[in-house]
Amino acid sequence: MKFSKKTKVSSEIPTASMPDIIFMLLIFFMVTTVLKEYSGLPVNLPKAKRIEKLKSKRHTVQVWVSKEGLISIDDRLMGVDDISMVMYDKRVSDPQLVVSLKGDEEAEMGLVSDIHENLREVEALKLNYSTKTLVD
Amino acid sequence: MKKNRRFKGGEIPTSSMADIAFLLLIFFLVTTTIDTDKGLGIVLPPPGDMEIEIRKDNIVNCLINSQGKVLLDEEPTSIDQIHRIVGEKLRANSKLVISVKAHPKTAYNDYVRVIDQLKRADAKRISIANSN
Repeated sequence: MKFSKKTKVSSEIPTASMPDIIFMLLIFFMVTTVLKEYSGLPVNLPKAKRIEKLKSKRHTVQVWVSKEGLISIDDRLMGVDDISMVMYDKRVSDPQLVVSLKGDEEAEMGLVSDIHENLREVEALKLNYSTKTLVD
Repeated sequence: MKKNRRFKGGEIPTSSMADIAFLLLIFFLVTTTIDTDKGLGIVLPPPGDMEIEIRKDNIVNCLINSQGKVLLDEEPTSIDQIHRIVGEKLRANSKLVISVKAHPKTAYNDYVRVIDQLKRADAKRISIANSN
């Protein structure tokens, strides 16, 4: 008896769509990845209308001021008088330094004014009050 | 009854896969906002107690008290009106310096709103006095 097995079902996995699947996965992971989830202090930024964008993140140092009066630079809590010390090093290594002050709406001006004085001492003069965009 | 069931190789249509992937890509490209820092730029004066003589009629004093009330040249003013009034003053005298002084207990929000108003009036010379 002769068996003629003529099953001509193609047993190939279609690979033409493989790059697309890879791309989709790539996009999925790019979207869901959060590089740094949390930095600084929880603040409610004030709102303003006439705002300008900071040019580059590399020359920016963020100073966080919470409504309780806590100050944080580079994820480290510090007192007002430590600011000039920390900023001096940064200022020496980067003359184009811009300080981005992320202050809470309810922070007190007395503290902000102290920060101004400390920044002036080490000639970190370019300051930017970080705000949200006011929509009206 | 004869069932004519011929199996024609079940394939998932893959030709539209690229389109779907691109659609997703474009969707996320459009909806993603890269978080840029933005805010009100200001330049602090250099260290040391420099005193620059400024003629009295070239100065506008802007005082903010702890309740967020503003006194603009001895006149109580609402914050929303500052840009209009300062704008008029600047048109009359382009050398005008606006000196902002806030009470130590003033909320940062009120201060930023005043600075925003001055920026809206295109005031270039803003002087910030020490609160303490």
